Amino acid sequence: MDMQVKQPKLGIKERYSLLTRDLGWEPSYQAKEKIFPYTHYEGIKIHDWDKWEDPFRLTMDAYWKYQAEKERKFYAIIDAHAQNNGHLNITDGRYLTAIKLFLQAISPGEYAAHKGFARIGREFEGVGTQVACQMQSLDEIRHAQTQIHAMSNYNKFYNGFHSFADARDRIWYTSVPRSFFDDAMSGGPFEFITAIGFAFEYVLTNLLFVPFMSGAAYNGDMATVTFGFSAQSDEARHMTLGLECIKFMLEQDPDNLPIVQKWLDKWFWRGMRMLTLVGAMMDYMLPKRVMSWKEAWQVYGVENGGALFNDLARYGVRVPKGWDVANEAAEHVSHQLMLGLYQWCFGTSFHAWIPSEEDMAWLSEKYPDTFDRYYRPRWDHIRKMAEAGTPYQNLGLAQLCNTCQLPAVFTEPGDPTTHCHREVEFEGETYHFCSDGCRDIFLEEPQKYVQSWLPMPQLFAEPNFGDVGKWMEWVGLKPGVDNGDYHGSQDEASFEAWKKHQSATA
Amino acid sequence: MQIDLKTVNIEPKRKAFDHLVRRFGDKPASRYQEASYDIQATENLHYRPTWAPEQELYDPTISRIVMADWHALKDPRQYYYNSYVLTRARQQEAAEGAFALVESRGLHLTVPEEMREQILDLLVPLRHAAWGANQNNVLVSGYGFGTPFTQPCLYYGMDCLAVAQYLSRIGLMLGGVDALARGKAQWMDNEEWQPLRRLVEDTLVVRDPFELFIAQDVVIDGLLYPLIYDSIIDGRMAQNGAAPVSMLTQFMTDWGKETRKWAISVVKVAAAESEANAVIIGEWFRTWSERAMAALLPVIAKVMGEDADQLLAGGLDDLKAQLAKAGVSL
Repeated sequence: MDMQVKQPKLGIKERYSLLTRDLGWEPSYQAKEKIFPYTHYEGIKIHDWDKWEDPFRLTMDAYWKYQAEKERKFYAIIDAHAQNNGHLNITDGRYLTAIKLFLQAISPGEYAAHKGFARIGREFEGVGTQVACQMQSLDEIRHAQTQIHAMSNYNKFYNGFHSFADARDRIWYTSVPRSFFDDAMSGGPFEFITAIGFAFEYVLTNLLFVPFMSGAAYNGDMATVTFGFSAQSDEARHMTLGLECIKFMLEQDPDNLPIVQKWLDKWFWRGMRMLTLVGAMMDYMLPKRVMSWKEAWQVYGVENGGALFNDLARYGVRVPKGWDVANEAAEHVSHQLMLGLYQWCFGTSFHAWIPSEEDMAWLSEKYPDTFDRYYRPRWDHIRKMAEAGTPYQNLGLAQLCNTCQLPAVFTEPGDPTTHCHREVEFEGETYHFCSDGCRDIFLEEPQKYVQSWLPMPQLFAEPNFGDVGKWMEWVGLKPGVDNGDYHGSQDEASFEAWKKHQSATA
Repeated sequence: MQIDLKTVNIEPKRKAFDHLVRRFGDKPASRYQEASYDIQATENLHYRPTWAPEQELYDPTISRIVMADWHALKDPRQYYYNSYVLTRARQQEAAEGAFALVESRGLHLTVPEEMREQILDLLVPLRHAAWGANQNNVLVSGYGFGTPFTQPCLYYGMDCLAVAQYLSRIGLMLGGVDALARGKAQWMDNEEWQPLRRLVEDTLVVRDPFELFIAQDVVIDGLLYPLIYDSIIDGRMAQNGAAPVSMLTQFMTDWGKETRKWAISVVKVAAAESEANAVIIGEWFRTWSERAMAALLPVIAKVMGEDADQLLAGGLDDLKAQLAKAGVSL
């Protein structure tokens, strides 16, 4: 028998490289441009895919092993949560609005990210880059599924969760995140990774996950906390991937800088607008609050984001356009949007309510320069109307911004008493925008944004033809059940009755 | 002793999400159903892709296969992320045990040199073919329509990456880094590997998700896995001193069988949908199986000599029988 020489032990980096990058080869029977048709048209120049630094060196067997451990824990906890009526441990039934919004608006985004990362996990030319994107695709489908599973038990006991799949494609406010993800996916592979991998996962993710997960923890929602915790180490990998992609593009060719900067400008603004929904959630929907939107923006936006852009300055990157406008707007946007959501809450698959005196005292304290001056008087007025038996409902339709799809409820920079509205004429049509930021995004790619699906005009189109009742049926909204004010709702009645029953039997 | 558990008995308002009640009736839904049905956007898509403006963002018409409902292509294993990852974690634990055992006892050193060389020549270049299979399945997952069909393709693609990594480790164990370099050189330049490499590269330019699924998962892997792992490694080589290697390829043997069941069941549903589907699938099968037979012959002949033809013909007959049973017009 032949005696083999013992092989020298490989370093982790070398071993990982042999087990991934070395799997690829230079094709000769088919042209590279036919195998990877989408890596050039955006104008990004990559000279050497091997210069890509693997942000984490995870082989598939290790991936399965780590993820399986997390999965076992996660399902053990949500099973117990369902078994023990864990939903009765939440602070108050009003809290449910936050997670209804999450399931309708955010979970579908996780799924879209899964599809998008699968696509770029095939389209990018470097094996290292592809494998990292493929693993993220796998993580993202995990997140969509764990979120649906965590919410499934709430759906059994409360309204507003049951038609999330219909709401995703048809109701009006979900088109804010839907258009965001559709926009990223309809871009090329490099724009997609900049939008989702960097702008969303790296710059803005803390503004989404920290508020929701801390909000859940503060409000006794064990199911949501558990998927948040379980997703955390995945998110850490995704953030690393996003940053690596940006650096890779910037290091490969100086011509990439203006393209990347343009995308950072666009996706920062689009992300900031979408997260206004989170702002409204933090300031208005949590019975027990964590921090204000303004504080979150200060910590995760201004401080962390500022440090990041300082770090990227060595590549010539500047802070995104609209940065200062966004910082000033953090004083206002959550209030402006919530006032909108309240007046249109007959058309939402979640409840809204008028903030109590106690709520408003908190808002005054957190927004000393703006709340009492601009927003308290409006809530006071709305409350008077409700007390007089004529609750405020805006039966006129919201004018939606053609880019971000939020109702155009925001004000002019530097002037919180003047409504901000922009218009653009393009090929004989007029398009409406909530801000300069959203208008400028349209102007960069008008041919794309003329295609925006606007949910409001849909009310008058087939199959609804202006019939609000029909429209509600079409979006899966049960009037008087899923929508309207929390006070007087079935959810309120059920939660109060079950809590009472629980404390009586305890 | 009776324990008085302090729980509140409250009546649920509903059993499942609306879209699942519409599909499966008013009853509790399984986790697989919740994780798979109607979770992809289908309506009111905002913008057409800038990379292919003739397509929709999620577009079933990029395939020649027509389904009234793509969700009909369900996975009989009912894999969603959790059940998939837990199954593979158990399998990797077994594989890890096998690698550790072989290495710690030096069992790989007992494989006769000639046999070892044959194994390296056969298995190491195949890691590149597995990478091609990863690429194709990730594409199907990314561009295919409906989660019940596309989610198992992502899992399959990641499994192919794992197979490529297990093959790489076998190469490293039996022949070190040089063995991987030699295997790649064979894949790139050796005459007997060129038809297979050409075939793999030709699949990499196919953009019809269902055709790619047929070419890769049904045809190429449907022939390759039983031949290489069952017939050659376990059947022939293990009898001749390569038993330790067959411990290291157990994952591939099991995986080939498991995924075959899924792939054939998907074919069955798609073919049953319409005569037109059954005919198209039959066409694809003929085209790709002719190519695959020709591509695998020189690779197998190197090990099996004159028996290669017969072995390959047997493999094709098996596969044809499965497809005929699934209703494909051959």
